[in-house]
Amino acid sequence: MTTRRRVLGGAAAAAAAAAVAALGPAAAQPLPLPAARRVPSSGEALPCIGLGSWITINVGDDPPALAACAAVMRAFFDGGGRVVDSSPMYGSAQATIGHGLAQLGGRAPVFAADKVWTGAGDRGAAQAETSRRRWGVARFDLLQVHNLLAWEAHLPALFEMKAAGRVRHVGISTSEGRRHAEFERLMRSQPLDFVQLTYNPLDREAEQRLLPLAAERGIAVLVNRPFREGALLRALARHPLPAWAASELGCDGWAQLVLKFIVTHPAVTCAIPATTRVDHVRQNLGAGRGPMPDEPLRRRIAAHIAAL
Amino acid sequence: MNADLAAGWAQRLAERLEVLASYRPSDLLMYSPATWWRLVERTNGELWPLPALMLLAGLAGGALLAWRAPDRAAAATPARAGIAALIAALAWAAVAVAFHAQRFTGIHWAAGGFALAFALQALLWLVATRWVQPVSGGGARRGAGLALLGLALVAWPLAGWPAGRPWAQAELFGIAPDPTALAALGALLLLQARGTRARRWVVLLWPLPLAWCAWSALMRWAMDDLLAAPLAAAVLLAPLAAATARRRQPHA
Repeated sequence: MTTRRRVLGGAAAAAAAAAVAALGPAAAQPLPLPAARRVPSSGEALPCIGLGSWITINVGDDPPALAACAAVMRAFFDGGGRVVDSSPMYGSAQATIGHGLAQLGGRAPVFAADKVWTGAGDRGAAQAETSRRRWGVARFDLLQVHNLLAWEAHLPALFEMKAAGRVRHVGISTSEGRRHAEFERLMRSQPLDFVQLTYNPLDREAEQRLLPLAAERGIAVLVNRPFREGALLRALARHPLPAWAASELGCDGWAQLVLKFIVTHPAVTCAIPATTRVDHVRQNLGAGRGPMPDEPLRRRIAAHIAAL
Repeated sequence: MNADLAAGWAQRLAERLEVLASYRPSDLLMYSPATWWRLVERTNGELWPLPALMLLAGLAGGALLAWRAPDRAAAATPARAGIAALIAALAWAAVAVAFHAQRFTGIHWAAGGFALAFALQALLWLVATRWVQPVSGGGARRGAGLALLGLALVAWPLAGWPAGRPWAQAELFGIAPDPTALAALGALLLLQARGTRARRWVVLLWPLPLAWCAWSALMRWAMDDLLAAPLAAAVLLAPLAAATARRRQPHA
């Protein structure tokens, strides 16, 4: 396990170093890079810490807020991040991401992940095109059927887009344990590249069936709501970080401990915490660096947090 | 075959209902508190001095409803009610266009629907200018109506002060949806239909302000905003006050 991680980390480090170098002078002093995981279906190595966009970057056309979001994205890419996830459901988040990417001159090494979210089965492709224009990318790296909405129509259309080279990976998403039975059926029956689900030290239902199935079927896993939309961190903030989290794992806060727990599940590819703050995005990326917990330590993290 | 089809539909419906039941208010909140308050601030700034004029119009409408006419001026009371209804129509139209359609739509995909609903309510108020007259008598209904008007027109704009928010982020009647909906509930408690035939139309003015206040209470609760409490209280107490008064005055 350690060997695999080291190998993957090295491959990702090389890729991410090239990506960071592409950002230019602002990234002249690259930070140590987050560990990476490979997407089973394509072999692409992705940093294990991504960037979500639910609520946090839905700021409309407010110039100061857009500038702050662009700063968060710059810090994210400077720190070696790549995966950014959004949805047409997230208000202005897609346009905000497009603004941030444009501010970086189109040189950010983004792995663009978005979703199709419409009950009208024949509108999926058009919605994806609208989303693509908002991001300002040539094509999406990943399109997911959001919350399985009208998946019967959207999945075949997305597979057609993939075959035509208009999207690189196809997936499905859910959150907070919704529709896991149907989710599992699709994981078994469809040639999915990715699934996105909720997983954190308190929400561990995915460990029972979905995460093992993802590993078995070679499906990459994005993890949403790692902090329960911030509620988990607000609750944990009332308690001191255990000394062993700092001494054994190098964590500088609860966010890093939670993220280290998540991304060290063998089936997890990338966690996608959302934030509005540059210091928080740097802290999140830091969770992908340094010592990682082994299975006994993961159990200790979960037990400690559940007991608080 | 039909039984299988029905069973399939029933199973899918049960699954959808289970999913719906799993949603919490925080799952429906699409924006952060900071984004909301910036939206209010930018709306006030971009529309100035309209927010001040709308607030003055709201205060004038409230005064018309609060004022008890002496007997010799009783003939003018329907006109006072009509003017108050016209002010309400203007306020709902302004919120529909200037807030929902032009600004809130930037951060909420349902804002277009909210705009249509508020525009419909504006039309209803416009037609209601001919249906309504000030409520007769006093009692709990009148007291509740005046309290809601005071909450919407005076307390709501001041609510940010204890929290340290700048005056530019004050939510004002006729610009922001919450004080507009609260004021409408207050006005509805101070108004009554002109006759039996008009009553069935006046009742149409109730659902949307109640629905908006309930929705906004949920969103404020998700934002940890204490203003959720008065909104929820208004949803529960305003219909109660109206129903209580109706039982006491069955022919009003």
